[in-house]
Amino acid sequence: MARAISTRRKIGFTILAWGIGLVIFFPILWTFLTSFKPEGQAIAIPPRFFDFDWTLANYETVQSRSNYFRHFSNSVISAVGSTLLGLLIAIPAAWAMAFSPTKRTKDVLMWMLSTKMLPAVGVLVPIYLIFRDLRLLDTHLGIIVVLTMINLPIIIWMLFTYFKEIPVDILEAARMDGASLRQEVVHVLTPMAVPGIASTLLLNIILAWNEAFWTLNLTTTNAAPLTAFIASYSSPEGLFWAKLSAASMMAIAPILIMGWFSQKQLVRGLTFGAVK
Amino acid sequence: MKLRSIIIGSVSLFALAAGAQAQSLTIATVNNGDMIRMQGLSDRFTEETGIALEWVTLEENVLRQRVTTDIATGGGQYDVMTIGAYETPIWAAQGWLAPLDNLGDDYNADDLIPAVREALTVDGSLYAAPFYAESAMIMYRTDLFEEAGLEMPEQPTWEFIGEAARAITDRDNEVYGICLRGKAGWGENMAFLTALSNSMGGRWFDENWEPQFDSPEWNEALNFYVDLMTDAGPPGASSNGFNENLALFQQGKCGMWMDATVAASFVSNPDDSQVADSVGYAMFPTKEGLDNNGNWLWVWSLAVPASSQNVDEAQQFISWATDQAYLEMVAEEEGWANVPPGTRTSLYQNQAYLDAAPFADETLAAIEAANTTNSSVQEVPYSGGQFVAIPEFQGIGTAVGQIFSAALAGQTPVDQALEQAQQVTRMEMERSGYYNQ
Repeated sequence: MARAISTRRKIGFTILAWGIGLVIFFPILWTFLTSFKPEGQAIAIPPRFFDFDWTLANYETVQSRSNYFRHFSNSVISAVGSTLLGLLIAIPAAWAMAFSPTKRTKDVLMWMLSTKMLPAVGVLVPIYLIFRDLRLLDTHLGIIVVLTMINLPIIIWMLFTYFKEIPVDILEAARMDGASLRQEVVHVLTPMAVPGIASTLLLNIILAWNEAFWTLNLTTTNAAPLTAFIASYSSPEGLFWAKLSAASMMAIAPILIMGWFSQKQLVRGLTFGAVK
Repeated sequence: MKLRSIIIGSVSLFALAAGAQAQSLTIATVNNGDMIRMQGLSDRFTEETGIALEWVTLEENVLRQRVTTDIATGGGQYDVMTIGAYETPIWAAQGWLAPLDNLGDDYNADDLIPAVREALTVDGSLYAAPFYAESAMIMYRTDLFEEAGLEMPEQPTWEFIGEAARAITDRDNEVYGICLRGKAGWGENMAFLTALSNSMGGRWFDENWEPQFDSPEWNEALNFYVDLMTDAGPPGASSNGFNENLALFQQGKCGMWMDATVAASFVSNPDDSQVADSVGYAMFPTKEGLDNNGNWLWVWSLAVPASSQNVDEAQQFISWATDQAYLEMVAEEEGWANVPPGTRTSLYQNQAYLDAAPFADETLAAIEAANTTNSSVQEVPYSGGQFVAIPEFQGIGTAVGQIFSAALAGQTPVDQALEQAQQVTRMEMERSGYYNQ
């Protein structure tokens, strides 16, 4: 009997899990389907699931009207650039806080996180002015710097939790063997924390790729990433949902594929240290 | 090393871009059909003048936010931008726009339709050049009217519209007598409701800037709207904006649709519209005896921010894109039906255009009838037709729009919605210092 109940529960949970999975996945599926619809059918009521006139016209229009590859390469430069710069700053910071904590370490961590609590638009004008004066508006460097700044607290927090899981004895043993500080961080700590660093890196690339407020507000043409590419397909007067969906699919495809292939690392990294 | 090369690379790229800027203009615009056509034809401008163009197309609200930030801080990122009839007087008064005083000798400014020119002129100077303009009118299904034995008068009244909409409605066959905007937003439902209230004798503010939602006119207007949409509107109307209604009308689900005149070219295009051959047009309704057709006027226009480094070249481009010659170029390439409408009187004297655009006469009549300096039959302290041209209106209009959208959805009774709108508006105006003098 007990076995029967557990099977039933298993089935129940499986259905529930699939149901939740589908709900989460649905917007992407809907965008995907809409991108193949003619404009008129894209916002038809009642909505059409599969019985519409499939067309590739939207992709053709988007291809011919925008320079996808310029936006794509801008996205890659800003996402990868800001992630690498962020890791470069965050690894030593997290190392210091994990292995040489002071009385104030917790407060420092909280303070870092608190910078995320201010709505971005609140600092738009000051940052815009600073960027204007430093001539950083619409530049890759400007976007890399600002994306690094906004994601830095998260990178430090993530790395800090991973580093905490590494036994301090191992580092001490390395020190006993005469390893310098640099050697300790580069040759002992970093290899042990690779899963954690990898998942931080992946997550941060995804966050930077999807960031839409700063990338839209601080760029015009030269550094405009895929977020600007998507934003250009909404129209106040004229049907646009199908073309917008096609543009969205093209913008999220690279990151979706990357996420798919690195799923293992992502999950391993995110659950790293969860089970002792 | 890698990082260093990335940084050096980015810096040199920026330097290159800055060096090239003297010969190029950055143009911010929205993704409307006429603007996309302009982008397509703009290579010719570059060929003629050697000035390269960089296009930034953004969602309307993002564009407004982006451009406002840039102008207010003097960022100088844009040389030409697409703005509307709402922004032009406000931004010009702030000193944010460069006056268009150098559009060239060939630019025939006297040919601009007076109401349109008026909407973009501040203290006698033109601050934006009209690219295309629109008023509001009725688009209706001639076949459904015939079936119901109705005839659209030349000058319809709201009373007639109410009766006709209810008579046409056939819910079993998903035909709704009337489709109107319900989606919340100062440029969405409030554009229609402000025009409706104007045509029923209402106004947003009295001479002392006191909001008028407690007036009998607004009461009548909002009750009329909610009752009519409940009886004869499509389901879920509170989330319908211009595009949603366009799709409904094109699918043959609306008996009447009152919206921007530019919609006429969409609903009469047989490629997109199932009802293209049975659309009629008429003036925006008025209340019996008032003779006020709502005074809706919107002008998508091109302006130069004062922070631009290339004011002369920018004006050269604006002159190219809004001149008579441009209309002829579009006609040659894409046919007269695709010419940006509503800006030049000469277009409406051109037989080729009148033949291609069956809605031309009604569009011109609607635009010419729009009085944006005195939109109500009562005295008003503001300008603007379907909006109030004060900086606070974006915020207030959207807040009130949400309240009225909830009333349409049946979540708030009409009386309560008007009371809330009155409070919200009063509070916001007080906060902005309108009652301190």
